[in-house]
Parts: sequence; structure tokens; C-alpha cells
Amino acid sequence: MNSRAKNRISYTLDSTLENVNKVEEKAFEMAVNGGFGEDDQHHIAMAVREAAVNAVLHGNAYDPKKKFIVAYEITPESLVITITDQGKGLDPQSVPDPLAPENLMKQSGRGIFLIRSFMDEVKFRNLEPGTEITLVKHVGREAANAKEESK
Amino acid sequence: MSLKSNNRQVDGITIVDMSGRITLGEGSVVLRETVKDLVEKGRNKILLNLGDVTYIDSSGIGELVSAFTTVNNKEGKLKLLNLTKKVKDLLQITKLYTVFEIHDDEASAVQSFSK
Repeated sequence: MNSRAKNRISYTLDSTLENVNKVEEKAFEMAVNGGFGEDDQHHIAMAVREAAVNAVLHGNAYDPKKKFIVAYEITPESLVITITDQGKGLDPQSVPDPLAPENLMKQSGRGIFLIRSFMDEVKFRNLEPGTEITLVKHVGREAANAKEESK
Repeated sequence: MSLKSNNRQVDGITIVDMSGRITLGEGSVVLRETVKDLVEKGRNKILLNLGDVTYIDSSGIGELVSAFTTVNNKEGKLKLLNLTKKVKDLLQITKLYTVFEIHDDEASAVQSFSK
């Protein structure tokens, strides 16, 4: 199921890994069409994948009765992706720092850190039940950063 | 594209040539089972050739860390070979670049196990 406005498209999806892959592919496609550079295209797709994994695995726990919703919106300034699950809710402050020495060799816990590393803005909203995460990447930031670094 | 894995022996070292994606699900399982199988057979000097690995997600990173620990616990060594820029960047961001021993040349990587 999906709905489409002029620059916004959203999908309501079953909680499966197959759909995580589809969501990631769509994010990559949106990033390419949005004029993002190669590194940003990869980073956006990866951040969206991590957020979708969180929704399916940690939020909905693969529950076939629970859906997750992904909305992509492209504006001249930004690509905005919102992912909503129907899980118990997530407190992003409670996630341990994966770079802390005591956590460095842990098998999990890097997803939110990577999302924050790769996107310009990340917002969480507790929906009781469920979590909504909004990811924003601004167009032209990569080129501006590269210019800044070459100075 | 899922993960493909092929093992070969060079001077007592097991080189695992991997290609595809190491992500949550099949890719991570292939890596886990490959390393577990090698360790069970006593082959604990492992060089993971990631030259054709195009993508690793946080689950894949976790699996690499887990493989490193598994091999270390058996008094073996797991090293990485031929990282792509994307994978190298990911290990740097997650501060794991200095945890793993990383090589760009297979012959010197194999030699390094005897040092």
C-alpha cells in the first residue's frame, strides 16, 4: 500500500527483512534523483536501512500484525525520510555509546550512532505505542564540505 | 546480492574470499557460520578478503567483531584484507579500524601470521 503527494511518497509495509531491503533501495533511488553525491547516496541509504532495521527488529519484533510506515519527501533543500513503527517505543538516550571502550567490542548497538553520523538531522518521537524517526539530509552539504576541506 | 564465501589455504593460513553484502540476515549468517566452521576444524589463522564486499551494515560490523573475538578466544588470529573505501570509512567511524589488523597485500598479510 502506498500514497503519493507531489513530492512525498509513503509506504505501509509488513515487518520483514525483505521490506528493509526495499526501503533501502528506494532511499538510494531518492538520493540519486535528489542530486546527492556518491558518498551521500550511500550514507542516506545506509541510515535508512539502519532505521528500518530498528523498526522491524527492535520495534515491531517481526510481528506479522504490526506494520511500519516509511515516507520519503524531497524538497529543493532536503531529503526527509520518516519511519514509524508500532513497537513499545524507544528512548534514544538509553542507547549506550558504541565508541566507549567498554562497548567497542560489543556485537550490537551501532545502528543509531551510524544514523546520526550519516544524516544532518535526526529526530525521535515517541508515539505511545511506537516510535517515529525523522532523518534529514540537506542537498549540497557534501559539495560544500568538500570545498571547505580543500581550503 | 547476498554474501558468497570461498575458502583457500596458503602456507597454513585460511584465506576467505567474500563477495556481496554483509548485512542483517543471510550475509551475517554466512560470515558467522564460515568462521565457526573454520574454528571448529582448528583453522584459527584466518584472513578475510573483503575486496569484493560492497556493503556492510551495523549487523555486519557486529558480526566481524564477533568473529574477531571468537577466533581470539581460540588463540587464533583473524585479519582483514583489501577493504573498500566504504568499509574502511565505516571501521574508522566506529573506531574499529585500529582493533583489526588490516592489510592491502595478500602475500604480506599471509607472512604477518608467522611473525
